[in-house]
Amino acid sequence: MARLAMVIDTKLCVGCADCVVACTTENDVPLGFCRDWIVEQVGGAYPTPLLEIRSERCNHCDSPPCVGCCPTGASHMHSYGGVVLVDHNKCIGCKACIAACPYDARYTHPDGHVDKCTFCIHRVEKGQLPACVSVCPTHCMHFGDLDDPESDVSKLLRSRPHHALLPAAGTGPQVHYLT
Amino acid sequence: MDEFTTTRHNPGIDPHMHIWGWEIPVYLFLGGLVAGLMILAGYHILKARDRQERVSYPYAPMLGVILLSLGMNALFLDLANKLHVWRLYLTFEITSPMSWGSWILLLVYPALLAAAVLHPPERVPFGQGLLNMVRRWSAWMHARPRLIQAVGLANLAGGIALGIYTGILLGAFGARPLWNSAILGPLFLFSGLSTAAALMHLLAVVTRSGSGLAFADVALAGVFRLMDPDHCKHIMVRADASFLTIELAILGLWLIGLLTGTGVQQEAAGLLLGGPYTAGFWGGVILAGVGLPLVLQYLELSGRIRHTVIPAILVLIGGFVLRLVLVSAGQASHWS
Amino acid sequence: MSQAVSRRQFIKISASLLAAAGLGGSFLASGALGAAEAQGVPPAGGLRTIPTFCDMCFWKCGAIASIRDGKLWKLEGNPLDPLCRGRLCPRGTGGVGAHIDPDRLVKPLLRAKVRGEEQWNVVSWDDALGYTAEKMQAIKAKYGPEAMALFAHGIGGTFLKHTIKAYGSPNIAAPSFAQCRGPRDVGFRLTFGDDPGSPERTDIANARCLVLIGSHLGENMHNSQVQEFAEAVAKGCTVICADPRFSTAASKAQWWLPVKPGSDTALLLAWMQVLVSEKLYDVEYVTKYGYGFEQFAASIATCTPEWAFVETGIQPDVIRATARAMGQNRPATLVHPGRHTNWYGNDTQRSRAIALINALLGSWGRKGGFYVPAMMDLPPYPYPAYPKPARPKVDNPGKKYPFAHEVITTGIREATITGNPYPVKGWMVYATNLMHALPNQDETIKAIQNLDLLAVCDVIPSETAGWADVVLPECTYLERYDDLNPELFREPFIGLRQPVVAAPGEQKPNWWIARELAGKLGLSSYFPWQDIEEYLGARLAKGGYDFAQLKRDGIIRGAKQPIYMEDGAAVDFATPSGKIEFWSQQLADHGFDPVPKHVPPPPNPPGSYRVLYGRAPMHSFSRTQTNPLLHDLMAENAVWLNAIEAKRLGLKSGDRVRLRNQDGVISDPIAVKATERIRPDCVYMVHGFGHTAKGLKRAYRKGASDSRLQTRYDTDPLMGGTGLNNNFVTLEAV
Repeated sequence: MARLAMVIDTKLCVGCADCVVACTTENDVPLGFCRDWIVEQVGGAYPTPLLEIRSERCNHCDSPPCVGCCPTGASHMHSYGGVVLVDHNKCIGCKACIAACPYDARYTHPDGHVDKCTFCIHRVEKGQLPACVSVCPTHCMHFGDLDDPESDVSKLLRSRPHHALLPAAGTGPQVHYLT
Repeated sequence: MDEFTTTRHNPGIDPHMHIWGWEIPVYLFLGGLVAGLMILAGYHILKARDRQERVSYPYAPMLGVILLSLGMNALFLDLANKLHVWRLYLTFEITSPMSWGSWILLLVYPALLAAAVLHPPERVPFGQGLLNMVRRWSAWMHARPRLIQAVGLANLAGGIALGIYTGILLGAFGARPLWNSAILGPLFLFSGLSTAAALMHLLAVVTRSGSGLAFADVALAGVFRLMDPDHCKHIMVRADASFLTIELAILGLWLIGLLTGTGVQQEAAGLLLGGPYTAGFWGGVILAGVGLPLVLQYLELSGRIRHTVIPAILVLIGGFVLRLVLVSAGQASHWS
Repeated sequence: MSQAVSRRQFIKISASLLAAAGLGGSFLASGALGAAEAQGVPPAGGLRTIPTFCDMCFWKCGAIASIRDGKLWKLEGNPLDPLCRGRLCPRGTGGVGAHIDPDRLVKPLLRAKVRGEEQWNVVSWDDALGYTAEKMQAIKAKYGPEAMALFAHGIGGTFLKHTIKAYGSPNIAAPSFAQCRGPRDVGFRLTFGDDPGSPERTDIANARCLVLIGSHLGENMHNSQVQEFAEAVAKGCTVICADPRFSTAASKAQWWLPVKPGSDTALLLAWMQVLVSEKLYDVEYVTKYGYGFEQFAASIATCTPEWAFVETGIQPDVIRATARAMGQNRPATLVHPGRHTNWYGNDTQRSRAIALINALLGSWGRKGGFYVPAMMDLPPYPYPAYPKPARPKVDNPGKKYPFAHEVITTGIREATITGNPYPVKGWMVYATNLMHALPNQDETIKAIQNLDLLAVCDVIPSETAGWADVVLPECTYLERYDDLNPELFREPFIGLRQPVVAAPGEQKPNWWIARELAGKLGLSSYFPWQDIEEYLGARLAKGGYDFAQLKRDGIIRGAKQPIYMEDGAAVDFATPSGKIEFWSQQLADHGFDPVPKHVPPPPNPPGSYRVLYGRAPMHSFSRTQTNPLLHDLMAENAVWLNAIEAKRLGLKSGDRVRLRNQDGVISDPIAVKATERIRPDCVYMVHGFGHTAKGLKRAYRKGASDSRLQTRYDTDPLMGGTGLNNNFVTLEAV
């Protein structure tokens, strides 16, 4: 088995949004929508502010509430790597999964189905990195298998402090941020 | 507070979630209403036993079929991928309230139809042939008391399941702190009961059916005048805790739950307590939808004011506003 | 896309038919589709890739276009390209949007009514170029060929420059000098005899200490620099960032020095004073290569950190600590030269101070400092000699700005307004939006009104195109060949721009426009080649390169050469002394300070904020705001205002205000960003927004234009650059 995950180094990310536009073109994301996005969070106060920049997307959770609530099984965990996907052909567009996601990572595609980040499973299946990871000019994004202790992502999570988003929501997010 | 900026701007998601408009509140309202009708009908079918002609408002099940179909139409209108709707019935997803709901809806229809057949109308403007056929089925059923009992039980159980489901549908969303409470199940159930009773009351007045009026009043607040005094007294005792009072109590418990919950729940409660949905909730639901009808009913009962249909109308409006406010405010409540 | 949609629709339809027939579609629900297919990802059939190089900014990264079913699908970095190393920036990736932009120019246009009203008659190319040529001939006949000026930005301008030179005018300028890197280049030339170049020869990747003076790498998205910046940060490089704003780069820095705007030179002088007084500088390097060090040292002796504290607001101990960090890491301490350096009107001297501190640290020519770039040998096309202009360039009469080594745009504009030293009656503008690029838009309009011809060749209907008499719609870079790019960089290579997709309308490549125009001007002999492939082939053949290989790979790389002094790279100092000039006789001769001195900028009028501006990583100048993909990332700019100031003014993030500058110019409404990330005495906005050209529908009046507010500019007396940071605004709630 494998547990695919993304590890993003906020120390390197400059928030250029290359990941966002690469996703848009790679996945034909319709204009006006995005599967990933940039968040800038400022803490502290002038003259000693702190800035964390994050490239955010579906967290491909271990316990994805969007999968549990789906009435047709369209929202599902892929047999490989725990990637959370939406089968466009099964989706009825009830939007329950959108409401169920604490990260607001999903949206209704103009074609009717619900849409979101797929970890570029179509690329991963061919041995390529997700589009966002492959374009990042700062090399701040890492992708790999957390079940493999020797993978890039496993090593980074062992060696660096990190956090994930809304851990208290109990979803087990698998996009991790190095700090 | 931290400065927070995002490049995300997905329609329906940002800046505030708005994936469900009027359709889902209409569906939840009608679903609850029909659930109430089923429970009341089921109860009376069971209570009447072999004297089914004494069942109070006999058209409730047929009305339920129509209203439920309207509700499901609203639900269908909300679907973004309408042509795929049949996918609901290729699977049963045990963790999905919506899957439960779609199957419950499928089971509710035969129960409602059976109850409707049990009490066919005396005359119809057209389709007399069909009516005659239904009458034959009805006679066949009346000859079988166990079947009648089963129909009653099915309506009672189906109504409870449907009523609770409409609440759990929202209550199961952990990502929306305002909704995330199982108490929404009973809340919507009792709200459904109160609206069902109000509707029947209303229809009884409109159709001037004496027996119906009695039944409706009983159901509405477990209260109040009319009919022969004995009957009224009897009902007073049984409906000691009226639907509306229970609904009010549940609303209170729900708010207590939110206010004593975690930060995100407290923040969610803020939407109703000083936030953008405060007026709708307190004015539309608590005051106009529950409090005022209770007071009016009490005054009518004690003979201080004349009996009117105003409380029933208020309860129906309140029931819809409850769903509308909850669906809207719940979407605005979030974790991050 | 179309294929994917139709496939999905087919499934929808068949599914509903099956459902209607009561068959339930059990086989459809069985998960027979692969995960990728179920995600709607179209099959890769009909896919091919073509390499080219990017033009979303002027960095010229190698890109590979994927064409799916004849349509442009995506753009990715060319792994062979030393500039992008296989990774484009957001603009490069979003270049697809330039091709599909519905706002782009489609057909040649002739002005129908009054200038600037944007009323057009659609005409044929023949008519448009005929009109242009006729006007140019009339100008030549009446005022001489020098009365025609060309403003051109980017490699695409090569062929129009050729036509204008053949026509006989020397007046060819780009805002990249007087409105951008000019002061820096002059400051470095005065010191090292050479400039940092573009791409800059900064060895950021190997720097152990990186000092940024207002350079906002990461927001300023020059690809190689940002990649190397991240690499350096990852390796633990000490980053010191002096900027009135807590930039993205500052957030990665160990030291953020929120300097008072315009006090950078004081900070630099104090740093140098510490390096010299504490003997932290590279004595050997300075002794070997330096000229006039003693006079220099004496000149800065009084510039103590305590003195600088008053000027900059930076604590003396912070100045000392950062100077020591620089000293400890030398020569791998890189004080970044910056790029857009037109700030206060004394920018050449500030840039010279930056050059000098690098000289003290011994970083010029060293690993982790400034490497010695290499270039492929690529001979020019053998054109006939150009006619010799009868008059000198118009922009800098009497060498008023003695150290300007490129043509000054604003000098041409001034001559166009005044008619001195001689009249300028025709402008051709290529791929630069002068209305946003030059300060004081009223002066630009005044100059335009003096013209007999304003011809604009561009991809989008910019504000400048809106003022034109004739608009020549150009293909985007994805639809055309351009000249070869033998880049001066870490390693020598040649890049090819070639069309990856057809233009969607009647747009033409600039080489065709230049050639046709030359034909109508009777200058056909200057275009001996029939089409661009013939030209490129001839150039490559002369250099001994294989055109077919270049078309296939997009890049031809040369042999790596040593790029550091320590590895044997040759460093020549083309200064009068042949050394690094710590003390400059040339400057003294022209009456300027031979060693930089701090000149404080004009102070804020009471109650006002200094307007600072910069870049966002997803936009280039004012050229990309209508690009649908990039617009999606950032649709408008905001005005950054210190959080406490915002509170004082009763403003919060998202409130809309208008900015009123010292000359009463009022901006379009702009959203406030109340932030802890900026000093309280200035506001900041991203350049390029606030479009007013009607054709830029997607970007029309979104955000506000900093250029509009830059009515005041302070001209650098050394080289004619326009300092733009001396404008002040108050905020008015909308």
